[in-house]
Amino acid sequence: MQTAKLKRTSLYASGANAINMIQAAFYNEDCLVYDLEDSVPTSEKDSARLLVYNTVRYHRPADKYVLIRVNGIYSEYIDEDLEAAVRARPDAIRIPKVEYPEEAARICQRITEIETAAGMEVGKIEVWCNIESYLGLINAYEIATADPRIVALALGAEDYTASMKSHRTKAGAEIFYARNALLTACRHAGVEAIDAVFSDINDIEGLKEDTALTRNLGFDGKTCVHPRQIDIVNSFFTPSPKEIKYALRVLEAVEQGKLQKKGAVTLDGSMIDKPMELRARTTLAQAEAAGIKIGGDQL
Amino acid sequence: MEIKQAVMVGTLESSDIQISISPNPNKGLEIQLQSVVNAQFGDSIIATITEVLESFGIKDAVVNAADRGALDWIIRARTQAACCRATETKFDWEGEN
Repeated sequence: MQTAKLKRTSLYASGANAINMIQAAFYNEDCLVYDLEDSVPTSEKDSARLLVYNTVRYHRPADKYVLIRVNGIYSEYIDEDLEAAVRARPDAIRIPKVEYPEEAARICQRITEIETAAGMEVGKIEVWCNIESYLGLINAYEIATADPRIVALALGAEDYTASMKSHRTKAGAEIFYARNALLTACRHAGVEAIDAVFSDINDIEGLKEDTALTRNLGFDGKTCVHPRQIDIVNSFFTPSPKEIKYALRVLEAVEQGKLQKKGAVTLDGSMIDKPMELRARTTLAQAEAAGIKIGGDQL
Repeated sequence: MEIKQAVMVGTLESSDIQISISPNPNKGLEIQLQSVVNAQFGDSIIATITEVLESFGIKDAVVNAADRGALDWIIRARTQAACCRATETKFDWEGEN
């Protein structure tokens, strides 16, 4: 049930702030997350819920993957958040601080109940689970496979490092294991992996280094803390013309090898193996999703 | 539905609207609007506020609206939240099915 929409960048818009919600639709993020959780003061949970509901239900941006982040699973707000979020009909609901598969399954079941009561198509709304603790990380694969609605896990580095008693650094050595463990769980489960934010909005070079690592590790996207990060992060997750050209050549060589019934195929003197073919197909799929037109029959 | 307490929802920031509701026993609805676009959209803003009040069954209330260029769905959301707080009721989500 996973959608084909790009998820390179996710930007939060506070449900407490009307102008913030309106402006967020005009940036280039792939995923817009209307937030009911951390960015909303306790005194405004009710008004934020109605603001987000009316925005997503009646005026959602057509060209974005729209999510609503609800409050915590054990908070007093979760029941009404779900009543509102499901009826708003977003692409996905983002659940914070998931630690056990049973929690994710319970929320998914509740979404089904509300969809049914509201006469909506059951199963259409997807779910992202935020993994923000060592417990969530240990159970990441089970969480990712707890329900077919779950299409992505997102790493929350601040809470994760707090749970580990680690110190957060720009270089990110303290989350290197978490990034790899989350990715491994996501790949095995067949869901997408979204990396943690880079918090310093004024450090553009630092953002580039961090995003290069994010991409090279294999993540599908990254959460942004500020609109100025969006275009930079998008650029790292969009294949360059050189990469696309090489991917096309790899697949062409593979096809030629099949026609000539060759067991081994080479390109520019190097052997092409299955992982290279897979990477080439991934590159072209990313390019296609990004709207890049590629000629030929390879796609 | 009865207004049980005076409340205020929303902000005076750009693109928002601040809605205040207070009791007005047996005196009907009195809606005061301050808006920089009053001449162009005043009637429309008041119509949206009135529609939401009526959907809550509120017949007697004083409403002060300070508009900073809010779009229709934001006016609706702010008024809904103010009505819930003023009547001390939860929003009827099943009514949105």
